[in-house]
Amino acid sequence: MSELFLVGNASGFSGDRIDAAPPVVRALVRSGKPAALFFECLAERTIALAQIEKRRDPEAGYEPMLERLLEPILADCARAGIPILGNFGAANPVAAARCVARLARRLGIEDLRIGVVTGDDVSGSVDLGNLAAHETDAGFDMSSWTMISANAYIGAAPLAEALSRGAQVVVAGRTSDPSLAIAPLMHHYGWAEDDWQALAAGAACGHLLECGSQVTGGVFWDPGFKDIPDPANIGFPIAEVSPDGSMVITKPWDTGGLVDLRSVKEQLLYELHDPAAYLTPDVVMDITGVTMEQLGRDRVALRGVRGHPRPDRLKVTACYEGSWLGEGEVSVAGPNTLARARATADVLLQRVQQRGLARRARADLIGVSAVHDSDDGALWRSYDGPEPPDIRIRLAVETSTRDDADQAAREVLAMLCCGTAGTSGARWRVTPRLLTRSFLVPREMVPIEVRVLEARAWN
Amino acid sequence: MELKEVPLHAVAHARAGDKGNRGNISLMPYDPALYPVLAEQVTEARVLALFAHRGATRCVRYDLPLIHAFNFVIDDVLEGGVNGSLNLDGHGKSLSFRLLSLTVRIPDAG
Repeated sequence: MSELFLVGNASGFSGDRIDAAPPVVRALVRSGKPAALFFECLAERTIALAQIEKRRDPEAGYEPMLERLLEPILADCARAGIPILGNFGAANPVAAARCVARLARRLGIEDLRIGVVTGDDVSGSVDLGNLAAHETDAGFDMSSWTMISANAYIGAAPLAEALSRGAQVVVAGRTSDPSLAIAPLMHHYGWAEDDWQALAAGAACGHLLECGSQVTGGVFWDPGFKDIPDPANIGFPIAEVSPDGSMVITKPWDTGGLVDLRSVKEQLLYELHDPAAYLTPDVVMDITGVTMEQLGRDRVALRGVRGHPRPDRLKVTACYEGSWLGEGEVSVAGPNTLARARATADVLLQRVQQRGLARRARADLIGVSAVHDSDDGALWRSYDGPEPPDIRIRLAVETSTRDDADQAAREVLAMLCCGTAGTSGARWRVTPRLLTRSFLVPREMVPIEVRVLEARAWN
Repeated sequence: MELKEVPLHAVAHARAGDKGNRGNISLMPYDPALYPVLAEQVTEARVLALFAHRGATRCVRYDLPLIHAFNFVIDDVLEGGVNGSLNLDGHGKSLSFRLLSLTVRIPDAG
């Protein structure tokens, strides 16, 4: 087969821009080439939050924007033969499939074939206590934690199977992100499950596209240094993949953003550790031999990805209810701002300690130093630059109980009367903290099921 | 040749990502001719020192000369990571710009 296959992406995380898909689908249709579209909607914690939703309502627990994401493009994709894949099933892929089916029926496409991949949820089937923790997580005492969710990162093969059974929409829960792009390529080109070179090219395609606009100008633009056209309407990415595994990264012509060597390099290395060994459930990707070339406006060619045999075991990430986060903020501005802000931070920390409310506490001086700082405020305490005009003081605590978090956060509120002169603008909130740990699980412990039914049959 | 000291931000771009309590930051010079200059000056030790206040324990630099890029992998830099940190930026995605504040001495073209 010599024809190109196009892979488009229309979401990089749950919470991404809701109107990304239509320009991508228009470009895929206009190309006249075989193509697929995928949505990546599932960060580490998203699935735990979805699991909590599902406990509350057995028909919830999937991507809340699912209908809104698919409605503008579902009929066009079905008509053009462009399958849609997504991990928008989250904690409840079957309920998500029913949602897609309801939408399809409403749009008059009752024969739309919807595939569901289940089995990634191992919370009831695998005893994680006996398994080795992932290398970055070793050495934590988890004895007091309550597990909310445990999901295996499954690979592309079950998704490709759904496509081979005619699925026009494939709904999955936890998959590895690149697998959402590998699956349609496997299906189209007939790649074998041990064709490491081909699968690695697919993994590179998936890795470059899985964060949506991050390869087309998102989290890239830096005014005056890396400017992009129309940042309010960044186009989402399309990869034109050749049968030999080389590819061109591009985007819809009528959108903002850009694709150039800089944006592609940034995304190629994003969340990557050893460039010779990027682990996915399908293949180990090696980008040390990659070369790139700018072919024209918004077109970057990439070749030279190498593949090595996939890992024996699957990664399982479990989420636990661990503790509570209390946060509060208050502002000071004008003359002597820095001294008032530092004193406010110190008093808040003292109050929390005095009352024995927190296991851990931190103060930030937003406007002086916050996100780059440490829990002990090393940077704002040693700051000797010019006095900022306006500083927001933030207190953050980790506590064992909700009430302790609330009480600690309310210390910020009390500063409206007890604080330094000119203190104002208090806000506070309490959120449950989800802790995650990863494990490695033998593949045979994660049986996967694929079902494909027409929209009219999903009830 | 005369040298001038500039922040990395003037000559290079970067992006940060996370996995657990480990962060990675890519670094790419705008001009490939500066690749060897950065290779010599932006060392693992300097980058580790930049994040010492956060408790970083180890920094490994992977070099990708074919695309003129470096990848710094920094252990224990995220104060517990996205789920454990009290930092507003639990992912550490803003840390690329701390790296870009590091200074380097580059040839002064006049």
